[in-house]
Amino acid sequence: MKFDQPAGQNPIDQMKVVGKATDRIDGKFKTTGTAAYAYERHDVAANQAYGYVLGAGISKGRIRAIDTGAAKRSPGVVAIVTTLDMPKLGLGKMNAANLFGGAEIQHYHQAIAVVVAETFEQARAAAFLIKVDYAREAGQFDLAAVAGAAKPVPGDSGEGSGGGGEDRVGDFEGAFAAASVRFDETYTTPDESHAMMEPHATIAAWKGDKLTLWTSNQMIAWTKGSIAKILDIPAESIRIDSPYIGGGFGGKLFVRSDAVVAALAAKAAGRPVKVALTRPLVANNTTHRPATIQRIRIGATPDGTITAIAHESTSGNLPGGKPETAVDQTKLLYAGANRLTAMKLAHLDLPEGNSMRAPGEGPGLMALEIAMDEMAEKLGMDPVAFRIRNDTQTDPGHPQRPFSHRNLVGCLKLGAEKFGWDKRNARPGQVRDGQWLVGIGMAAGFRNNLLMKSGARVRLGRDGLVTVETDMTDIGTGSYTIIAQTAAEMMGVSLDKVVVRLGDSDFPVSAGSGGQFGANNATAGVYAACVKLREAVAQRLGFNSGDAAFEDGNVRSGNRTETLGKAASDGDLVGEDSIEYGDLAKKQQQSTFAGHFVEVGVDVDTAEVRVRRMLAVCAAGRILNPKSARSQVIGGMTMGVGAALMEELAVDTRRGFFVNHDLAGYEVPVHADIPHQEVIFLDEADPQSSPMKAKGVGELGICGVGAAVANAIYNATGVRVRDYPITLDKLLDRMPDAA
Amino acid sequence: MKSFTYERPSSPAEAAAAVSANPNAKFIAGGTNLLDLMKLQIETPTHLVDVNGLGLDRIEATPEGGLRVGALVRNTDLAADARVRKDYAVLSRALLAGASGQLRNKATTAGNLLQRTRCPYFYDTAQACNKRQPGSGCSALDGVSRQLAVIGASEACIATHPGDMAVAMRVLDATVETVDGRGTERKIPISDFHRLPGERPEVDTTLAPGELITAVTLPKPLGGAHIYRKVRDRASYAYALVSVAAVVQPDGSGRAAFGGVAHKPWRVEAAEGEMARGAKAVTAQVFAGAKPTHDNAYKLKLAERTLGAALTEARA
Repeated sequence: MKFDQPAGQNPIDQMKVVGKATDRIDGKFKTTGTAAYAYERHDVAANQAYGYVLGAGISKGRIRAIDTGAAKRSPGVVAIVTTLDMPKLGLGKMNAANLFGGAEIQHYHQAIAVVVAETFEQARAAAFLIKVDYAREAGQFDLAAVAGAAKPVPGDSGEGSGGGGEDRVGDFEGAFAAASVRFDETYTTPDESHAMMEPHATIAAWKGDKLTLWTSNQMIAWTKGSIAKILDIPAESIRIDSPYIGGGFGGKLFVRSDAVVAALAAKAAGRPVKVALTRPLVANNTTHRPATIQRIRIGATPDGTITAIAHESTSGNLPGGKPETAVDQTKLLYAGANRLTAMKLAHLDLPEGNSMRAPGEGPGLMALEIAMDEMAEKLGMDPVAFRIRNDTQTDPGHPQRPFSHRNLVGCLKLGAEKFGWDKRNARPGQVRDGQWLVGIGMAAGFRNNLLMKSGARVRLGRDGLVTVETDMTDIGTGSYTIIAQTAAEMMGVSLDKVVVRLGDSDFPVSAGSGGQFGANNATAGVYAACVKLREAVAQRLGFNSGDAAFEDGNVRSGNRTETLGKAASDGDLVGEDSIEYGDLAKKQQQSTFAGHFVEVGVDVDTAEVRVRRMLAVCAAGRILNPKSARSQVIGGMTMGVGAALMEELAVDTRRGFFVNHDLAGYEVPVHADIPHQEVIFLDEADPQSSPMKAKGVGELGICGVGAAVANAIYNATGVRVRDYPITLDKLLDRMPDAA
Repeated sequence: MKSFTYERPSSPAEAAAAVSANPNAKFIAGGTNLLDLMKLQIETPTHLVDVNGLGLDRIEATPEGGLRVGALVRNTDLAADARVRKDYAVLSRALLAGASGQLRNKATTAGNLLQRTRCPYFYDTAQACNKRQPGSGCSALDGVSRQLAVIGASEACIATHPGDMAVAMRVLDATVETVDGRGTERKIPISDFHRLPGERPEVDTTLAPGELITAVTLPKPLGGAHIYRKVRDRASYAYALVSVAAVVQPDGSGRAAFGGVAHKPWRVEAAEGEMARGAKAVTAQVFAGAKPTHDNAYKLKLAERTLGAALTEARA
């Protein structure tokens, strides 16, 4: 189905099932432990052996030799494959570092061997017996130290807003110099780890030349293509199956070493092999959100109208890696006739930087939305009013190009009202509640809506059951449920008549899960397939498909009614199609918007920061399932608190690795850190986005939260911190007197 | 994890004898730290002596009016004991500030004293660490040291004792009771129990090889207000950046020990004469001679302000 005209009235608009707060249909499997994650697929292949990945102990250099003698003699060992057994393997989609093969070490904990044994413990014990002789080389590990040598690059995060390099509108320098109020500050954000609960894991099995990978991955088709390229085998010989995923956050967008070494190990062992990355390997073997240094300049008239805005960001990566596209939202979020956005990329020999939840906007808004708070104060304006003053209904770089639907102002106004913003004391450091200095802060949230081709197959059985098959993934987001809701709405059946099967590369290729594009695109693909199935049903029943109504398990036309199942009485009916997009997104900018409001307490003695309450008001098109959408947003808000207050991969700039590579050292919020959270969705539908009229929301929840926390801390204490995370040591020296 | 053999002795002396006889043997009780370290091959015992069945799990009154806490009393039970909550509240609070409910259910009194540092370089076997591998060097000295020691450290090691319980034990002047492989018992004041790293950071305590902790005794109650203030980067389930265990009397006198700052719970009795004059006067003496790194210099100010918060709380 080609979607090249705004959606008109369609069956989804009935909103009998879609749009209702609905429990996850896979919830009972998860809560009863029957949703098997990759490492637990004990039944899919007999005689599974255990693989243990050994990571490099240096950050840059070469391996002179690997001695596996003692390891091979260790009890239970079946096979050992080392990186010296083969030349450097090819790169998968979006990979910058090679996942295996050859003597070169590009980063710390790069996979250099996999030990296969009868038990996990035997494999791990044997791995410790492997002796590696390294030739170390000097590397660059300190972003601040090499930022000066960073080079301008065009950037595209791959699943973010795209675009990059230097982008100019009007004359920024001239307008900035002429502005009566000027602001110029630099912010930093650290490297962050996805820290998903389920580490990367794969079971691999070969049957002749056919490879099956039961794995944990967000993008099935990309992974299939990447494995074909890396292992140099035909894509048709590969099956990927990933029905349940214990969190991804972008860390499982692209194939990682677990899948590659499991396949190599299974070949060497001559039997199925399962591999999970250990927790330390998740930090340094896989990808992370890259650190940034961001300079923001804003010029305005005394009444708060922005006349010039510049956002420049520097990040680092391995050769071939991409920049963090932290300036993207600044092209679109606020008005202003003269604009500059630019990115630079430095060469770093740290592990590969790549997408993490809301790449670009995540760290970009952490900087921009503090800058907006600072500029508002400089102008003597209320921060909400300053943002509303500079709202724009068109793409500021292309004024003839409107937003498809933009209600940022509605988010900010409703949020301010619900949160009690009018009670905020604009003078910082004035509100005390016992030991706590109390402050409130806000930020705008912004994340683009991305359109991706997405397919599905829908099958009707004679029992009236509707089965949906698509390689779409559910990374904990609720894909199963919104797809079931879509099929139920389209076919006029209740949810219990819908079966959803996901994550199998034998199913039609979907958008996958990433960049908050999964929900809208995958359900639109199911919509397209259901349209096909409805036509087949109507034809089979002798109805005119145009006026057949599908409701309550029946198909009705005129005064004739048949059960839906009857259409399949002679055999299953199948509808298969993809949603494909025309140029609507080029003509109109599709984005999602939020107002984030946060209240914090800062301990007057120790400067410990504790969030007290949070509110997000979101404008993101039609909300397909308010319950799972809310879960996505509060998850994003929680992750935003982590980014604001504690998350940082600590770089050892001499040795070149992230030292806090476990969950004791890399702290994320615990329950005690997260108080009352409220989410409000504005009631809207965007006919430009898809027949679903929905947009993404899973990343909007994090976008802006960090800055809202930072601004609340400033309001509480009068201390402005521009380097994340805002740990107490950055506040302590400047805290007001405890007395 | 290396393969190991395992035994369950029937008495403390037998347990001590078993470990004394084998330099590669270790005691295991709750296992909440040791098993993790074995999986990472930071600890590589070839023989484990399980002391869980030795009956050292009672809390009893002592003739001196104090409490004798068996080595195997679980952290949860110790924190919840009515006598501890009433007379040694600082200990109960310190315990509850540590780890998580699940871990406290398993972790024992003796094991808690023996937990090893959380220095990230100790945890990474590809990195130099004198504590893990004597003579290999200290990566933390010029590495990431925000969590590490500001005082009492050496050129060989800047690790901290990561615990909370021991800090409260230190302020209470607890005594560690042991038995060795020959059946000889001894009492070690808590102040002498943990060592400073010096040239031998691999040795955390003054226990002899094979010496088994049987109990920790608390002297008779001190009275006063008992405060345990733990400062960390998140609200729960994190190691202290700085912690303070304080017992403050109505006249303003009192005692204070600090966690998260040194290789052992840090207490300078001579400084406690200044308690009535406030936190700054105390910490100026407690931390005289401190040698923080660039990353952890904030701990000195934080210790002062945390003691200040504890004193404010005590007066409330």
